Amino acid sequence: MMQPERTAEVAEKNYLNCETTIWSWLSTKDHKRIGVMFLVSVTLFLLLGGAIALAIRLEHLTPDATIMSANMYNQLFTLHGVMMVWLFLIPAIPAGFGNFFLPIMLGAKDVAFPRINLATLYIFWVGAIVIVLGVLIRGADTGWTFYPPYSSVTYTKATAILVGVFILGFSTILTGINFITTIHTLRAKGMRFMDMPLFAWAMYGVSVIQILGTPVLGIILLLVIMDHGFDWGIFDPARGGDPILFQHVFWFYSHPAVYIMILPPMGVVSEVVATMAHKNPLSYKAIAYSTFGIAFAGFLTWGHHMFVSGMSEFSAGVFGILSMFVAVFSAIKVFTWTGTLYKGSVWIRTPLIYIFAFLFLFIFGGMTGVAVAATSLDVHWHDTYFVVAHFHFIMVGASLTAFLAALHYWWPKITGRMYFEGWGVAGAVLVFIGFVGTFFPQFLLGNGGMHRRYYHYSEEFQALNVLSTAGSWVLGLGLLLVLVTLIWSLFTGEKAPANPWNSRSFEWLTPSPPPKENFPETPRFVRGAYDYHLPLERP
Amino acid sequence: MNDFLRRLLYLPEQASTVAMEIDTLHYFVIGITMLGATGVFAAALWWSIRYRARSEADTVTTPEVRAGLVVEGGLLGFLVVLFVVFWVVGFHQYLRVRVPPKGAMTVYVTAKQWMWKFAYPEGKQTINTLVVPANRDVLLVMTSRDVIHSFYVPAFRIKQDVLPGRYYNAWFRAIRPGTYRTFCAEYCGLMHSAMMADVVALPPDQYQLWLEGEPLESFVTLPPGPGRTRVATDLSGEFPPYPRGIPEASPPRSMAEWGRQVAAEKGCLACHTLDGQPHIGPTWRGLWYRQTTLADGTTLVANEAYLTRSMMDPMVEVVAGYAPVMPTYLGLLDPAEVGAILELIRSIAEPLPSPSRYPEPLVRPPPPYRLDRVDPARAEEFLREGSGRTPP
Repeated sequence: MMQPERTAEVAEKNYLNCETTIWSWLSTKDHKRIGVMFLVSVTLFLLLGGAIALAIRLEHLTPDATIMSANMYNQLFTLHGVMMVWLFLIPAIPAGFGNFFLPIMLGAKDVAFPRINLATLYIFWVGAIVIVLGVLIRGADTGWTFYPPYSSVTYTKATAILVGVFILGFSTILTGINFITTIHTLRAKGMRFMDMPLFAWAMYGVSVIQILGTPVLGIILLLVIMDHGFDWGIFDPARGGDPILFQHVFWFYSHPAVYIMILPPMGVVSEVVATMAHKNPLSYKAIAYSTFGIAFAGFLTWGHHMFVSGMSEFSAGVFGILSMFVAVFSAIKVFTWTGTLYKGSVWIRTPLIYIFAFLFLFIFGGMTGVAVAATSLDVHWHDTYFVVAHFHFIMVGASLTAFLAALHYWWPKITGRMYFEGWGVAGAVLVFIGFVGTFFPQFLLGNGGMHRRYYHYSEEFQALNVLSTAGSWVLGLGLLLVLVTLIWSLFTGEKAPANPWNSRSFEWLTPSPPPKENFPETPRFVRGAYDYHLPLERP
Repeated sequence: MNDFLRRLLYLPEQASTVAMEIDTLHYFVIGITMLGATGVFAAALWWSIRYRARSEADTVTTPEVRAGLVVEGGLLGFLVVLFVVFWVVGFHQYLRVRVPPKGAMTVYVTAKQWMWKFAYPEGKQTINTLVVPANRDVLLVMTSRDVIHSFYVPAFRIKQDVLPGRYYNAWFRAIRPGTYRTFCAEYCGLMHSAMMADVVALPPDQYQLWLEGEPLESFVTLPPGPGRTRVATDLSGEFPPYPRGIPEASPPRSMAEWGRQVAAEKGCLACHTLDGQPHIGPTWRGLWYRQTTLADGTTLVANEAYLTRSMMDPMVEVVAGYAPVMPTYLGLLDPAEVGAILELIRSIAEPLPSPSRYPEPLVRPPPPYRLDRVDPARAEEFLREGSGRTPP
């Protein structure tokens, strides 16, 4: 991007050691520190949500009661969904890696609104604490989808969780505004939009969805709060309310929310594949434009959650075909990533192994999504474990593997230490095997007719459930291994060079870890982020 | 081939007219899905190995390859065509699944937490067992009395959400006699997973006999229990059999016995036991005229008046220690049936000789409760409509 002359020599003072008090972290306006704090926060909730998932899987080891009551089970799957969706999947990559790397990739010193950026972290924590307190007080057993009229009349206290999610929405919206402004105003001198690294495009796309979609979620959550807490009866048919209205509005946000979760991982994949293959993306424009294709089409597909809700047949047909367009745009990306490896100089390292896992889970999950969009098949699959497996593959599998790929890929840059390659590969393989082991049997369970949110299930489903539970243990073990070895590498890992991957992307031009102001001098755009046909220029 | 794939994919038996063709699309779509996913994944792996780095020097460069428009366009065109084929076939089938054929016989379905009630135009009513003739189109007209439920018969490949205040249709034609499991597919609260029923498809002549009063047991043996199941919760190992009620059993001999039958048919025994074990609700043994503490701390005597109020307006005076989850029976029990249930409770007023130690109820005491929103007038209207006299 630029020709820094004295980058290497300033490595002693970086963003981590320039100030070391706790207050300097809590009051920081440095996007890198905020990014790191977000990463720690979301990892915490990933572990918490994951522990709940393990408990749920353990409960399903036998068809009847295993370790918990039905009431407990209903509350735990609700909490698992809420935590994983709003406290891990949605903020993980944008608020964590996006905060850290977007300004560096653009050659900026910080995001456009550093104070607002810090506020998003605090808003996130306020929302998270309200949710956790709500659970401690009395939980909610509505499922993360909060469908009324059940959510209006449940005897559990759903209000706190609804309020918590409502608060989290502001964090998301502010992050989106911040990123869009940053991309428009703070690119390095000479950098055009089409010169930006693809990760920045992904952040742009996700910010647009966040800004347009999240307010709709806020509206519908407020209405449920009013219904539940103050007896407004908006969704109560006995008083002229309409429960289907909720489903439309809820999915108008929550389907695009899937793209809030998946576009950032796609950005990560674009970066990691190009770097590890040491090759230009097969088509930069295809990846950049398809991001907006997904963002746009994603707003027109919410109805595919409602094929058996009593929608008209005509609407179901339209939503079915529109849903398939999302798959077309996603396929463009998949082909481009795969083609990027062609004639490259591929370093098969931990991040790339995660990308293989991503590709497998994403394509398989995506294609089962196309299958569900063929309306007649959905009638059988709707609300069964097939759907559970489908969205865990595409939303969780793809996001989680991309998150872990990003964590390993950028670990040297963020921490200044190399992770352990051998342990990294072992962790990646365990996570992949565990994930497939957990969720592949669930496709078959769904085919067989086992329902989601079923505390008891028929005995014929037990074998596959045991398999799935065993898979969850492998997955848990894999994640634990990743966590332990990464933390361990903080203390004993090799010191990372500025550019351990011979990447041409811009974040590798600055030392590891970067100095507080990102670059020792103001960068100018000189060459592209994917110029792998030119030899690497080390600063 | 069909059978092999069906078993491979773990699909249930194909017992309706639409099941087979839906499964055929299923095989086709899933087959292509697996091939495509494996193919792309294999290409990525192969190119990674084929073009693995020979050297990690700074000077390594790679040729700048850009996708030709023809290649990308061709792949996309292929995908679009493929997806549209999926959609056209799928949507065609969807219309067939959704649009009921003319001349179907009608059964009215009322869902409530946590049971299915079926009413036949001929005047029969059943709970949790839907009896139909095989090889005849059956149209279900469905509504819910409380929250959203969903009627799902895996063997028929049909599913339809059931909403309060609205009527939705589903239809099927069972292609052979048999007993098929029915589930609730939309999460509806504590006992969601126990909200099951059976569809019993009888040969037409037997169906006619059943309509005329022959008990169902003389044609089929229903498997024990729902869920073939113990209904729920961890309070104890054994639970009363889920109501599998067909009213046409032998004529009851005493009012208490009749009450026992009514309690089974109407689902009371799903939550209340007769043997002294607390369950979802308090046991009925020893309940008669017992001093009872309510959730709000007041005490009263469980006399006829209180017991009747509890059936009709169950959320108002909830016994301490139990979740306020009982649905109202307003309009579901006629006065004679209420009397029969009271007689039943009176007949088991004495505790069992060796009272079991009551475990702590797992469901914690509820907060002061405000919820029962079912407007009695509306509820009765739903019921009246649901029992088939005024089709929507």
